[in-house]
Amino acid sequence: MANRRIDKPTGTETVGHEWDGIEELNTPLPRWWLWTFYLCIIFSAGYVVAYPAWPLVEKGTEGVLGWTSRGQLADELGAADLAKVSVREALARTPIERLPEDSALMAQAVAGGRAAFKVNCSQCHGSGAAGSQLLGYPNLNDDDWLWGGDPRAIEYTLVHGIRQAGDDETRFSAMPPFAGAFEPAQLDALITHVLSLSGKAQPNPAGAQTFADNCAACHGPQGEGSRDVGAPRLNDAIWLRGSSRDDLRAQILNPKMGVMPKWEGRLDPVTIRMLTAYVHSLGGGEDFVEVAADPAVDVDAQP
Amino acid sequence: MRAEAALGRTGLWLGIFLLSVIVMATAADWGFAAHATIVAVVAFALMVMSALRFDPLGRAQGFFRMPEGPSLYDDDVVRWGVIATMFWGMAGFLAGLFIALQLAFPQLNFEPYLNFGRVRPLHTSAVIFAFGGNALIATSFYVVQRTCRTQLAFPGLARFVFWGYQMFIVLAASGYLLGITQSKEYAEPEWYVDLWLTIVWVSYAAVFIGTLVRRHEPHIYVANWFYLAFILTIAMLHIVNNLAVPISFLGSRSYSAFSGVQDALTQWWYGHNAVGFFLTAGFLAMMYYFVPKQAGRPVYSYRLSIIHFWSLIFLYIWAGPHHLHYTALPDWAQTLGMVFSVMLWMPSWGGMINGLMTLNGAWDKVRTDPIIRMMVMALAFYGMSTFEGPMLSIKSVNSLSHYTDWTIGHVHSGALGWNGMITFACVYFLVPRLWKRERMYSLRMINWHFWLATVGIVFYASSMWVAGITQGLMWREYGPDGYLVNSFADTVAALHPMYIMRASGGLMYLGGAIIMAYNFWMTVAGHQRDEAPMTDAPYDPDADRPIVQPTPSTVPAE
Repeated sequence: MANRRIDKPTGTETVGHEWDGIEELNTPLPRWWLWTFYLCIIFSAGYVVAYPAWPLVEKGTEGVLGWTSRGQLADELGAADLAKVSVREALARTPIERLPEDSALMAQAVAGGRAAFKVNCSQCHGSGAAGSQLLGYPNLNDDDWLWGGDPRAIEYTLVHGIRQAGDDETRFSAMPPFAGAFEPAQLDALITHVLSLSGKAQPNPAGAQTFADNCAACHGPQGEGSRDVGAPRLNDAIWLRGSSRDDLRAQILNPKMGVMPKWEGRLDPVTIRMLTAYVHSLGGGEDFVEVAADPAVDVDAQP
Repeated sequence: MRAEAALGRTGLWLGIFLLSVIVMATAADWGFAAHATIVAVVAFALMVMSALRFDPLGRAQGFFRMPEGPSLYDDDVVRWGVIATMFWGMAGFLAGLFIALQLAFPQLNFEPYLNFGRVRPLHTSAVIFAFGGNALIATSFYVVQRTCRTQLAFPGLARFVFWGYQMFIVLAASGYLLGITQSKEYAEPEWYVDLWLTIVWVSYAAVFIGTLVRRHEPHIYVANWFYLAFILTIAMLHIVNNLAVPISFLGSRSYSAFSGVQDALTQWWYGHNAVGFFLTAGFLAMMYYFVPKQAGRPVYSYRLSIIHFWSLIFLYIWAGPHHLHYTALPDWAQTLGMVFSVMLWMPSWGGMINGLMTLNGAWDKVRTDPIIRMMVMALAFYGMSTFEGPMLSIKSVNSLSHYTDWTIGHVHSGALGWNGMITFACVYFLVPRLWKRERMYSLRMINWHFWLATVGIVFYASSMWVAGITQGLMWREYGPDGYLVNSFADTVAALHPMYIMRASGGLMYLGGAIIMAYNFWMTVAGHQRDEAPMTDAPYDPDADRPIVQPTPSTVPAE
């Protein structure tokens, strides 16, 4: 090219092109750049021989190392399962009533339950199992149980779920809506009475009468609740859906009732047992009244 | 004659208006009707203006103080492109800051129109396609005319490309907020918006190639190779990935031509090459013109530009499967995605070397010229993120980084550092030349913009690295009993401080852009800030205290 010249600051010759004042130097490729590029290509050539790479007619080449991502996953899961197999077998063998007696096994069950809880339960009950009053998810850390808090009752709830269609044994009950049933004054008196059960208001005779006529059948004369029908206890300081007068009014007029999936079929029995142990361990777990000497003998689930 | 032309134009807009009213009335869903309404409103406004012989473009050009009269090159469309770049950039950065705050403070999700799921594609499309796309269209029209010593081949079509592209952006952006999406990342717009973009993009290719054909230079400059690769490849990617069958020609929904893992692979073949050819090749084209111009130096190596251009475009197109490591994608395809990404490292760095080494003989300008400083920082971030990319594509690294915020940090060190910085530098280069001003209103404000943006990027990238690695390690953490330790919510809670740091980085970046907008406006208005020039510390030989020479008498004892 005619316009080649030596560029002063770098001492390099230009190529001789020029566009809008821009010239180009004829610098050779930097050696380190070129050799690193070659090394990357050599690495890649080796890698595609070692690992599955080339698509052929039926399937791709398998690579001389015989590695597959499914194989790696199966190996890792298999190793993890192997490490837990003795614990799982012991858990499957041990009746839930007997579990608290074996503290080492119980600790393993709680650890497994904690992990399973984080994956399956924390979405509603929260990662600390504190639930949500706003959304009506029960707090599992306290000793207020809707359906029972001994291990067998917890396991039953986990297996069959709450208000699950298609399972005859699911925990089920329904509170009727009282919208339109009460005069405003009557409703106010009822709310006052319900609050008075836990000492949050003064006793109200009119409200007490309404309560006895309409509510006591399930919630009990003193508001002690009933675990047979999952009717919440009303005479304690723990509230499922809030304790303000508005919260109570909404719940009486148009009650919301929670559901929980049945985990039978979704989780294996051992995992459900571990979840039972974990939930029971959170702080509110109840003991059995008695534990029979023979594990095969039924024990009373209710305290 | 002019009256006839005005009548013709009015008739054309009336036709479009009536058509869109019919579509609006018969639309199968309300999203499609909303888009038909937008088209109808635009057509009606243009019809009225045509009928009244009101020239909105001329008025607006007066408002933006664009130089009047014929110029050597077709620069009006470039000026509009610069304004659009600034406008969409601000909108995109603001949307980004908003969604960053949503992640830190979920209460900011305003359902349904302003929830994260809808504003996030608004942000990505606004910064990539609206901000980046307008910068690419504007600079390509500027560069191709000058390096080919000719005017644009079809100036009317070039105007259509610009305004048609803005129409695409408006339809895409409003669609996201209305919930119209085909759920493909970076390709969210539905079939009819895709068709419109295809028309616009083919027109763009016609203008660009036509201008190359009528050039008065024996060779095509390297910047134009990159622009051409960008335009042609984006056309191919856009058309293939968006192949779809509309459910109704009067509705906004469609079914993709692909399904399952084929759909995923097509999507990431598209998605990765949107990065490769939109954000890399296109912006390297900008770099190849504006860096040598601003530095006043020849390009470092012609040979390197040839080798790295061809190796870059050959290798990039195969790298997409690395987005699908450890998925249903067959192992062989994952392997190929990884090795092509590893081989891509040096071809990517070729552009960085050619850009940085072009400053040989002009390195002193880094001290005195904030525009050069921006370009250097852009190239440094380009080099960093094109090293990080191949590294993240290695499967064992990817098993930790995938689905974490590390990916977000990687993308933003490239997007904020490389694409943003080089675009700002090009805008600062272009505005005084396009508006025939001596210089920008204030060089010191450019310097402020540089530092705000740089510190903002550092906040952003480092917080997302920490967040990503934290997240990856927490997800895979097993306790001694062999069970997972953390719930997903635990990992989210752990990232809260990082999310706040990220948002503050974004705020700084937006702050820099606001300074730029002010600087731009004052330059356009014809002002020059009275300020001390950006210079070296002056050299004073008298102030030097040379070291004392040892006297020969002090002979060491033997």
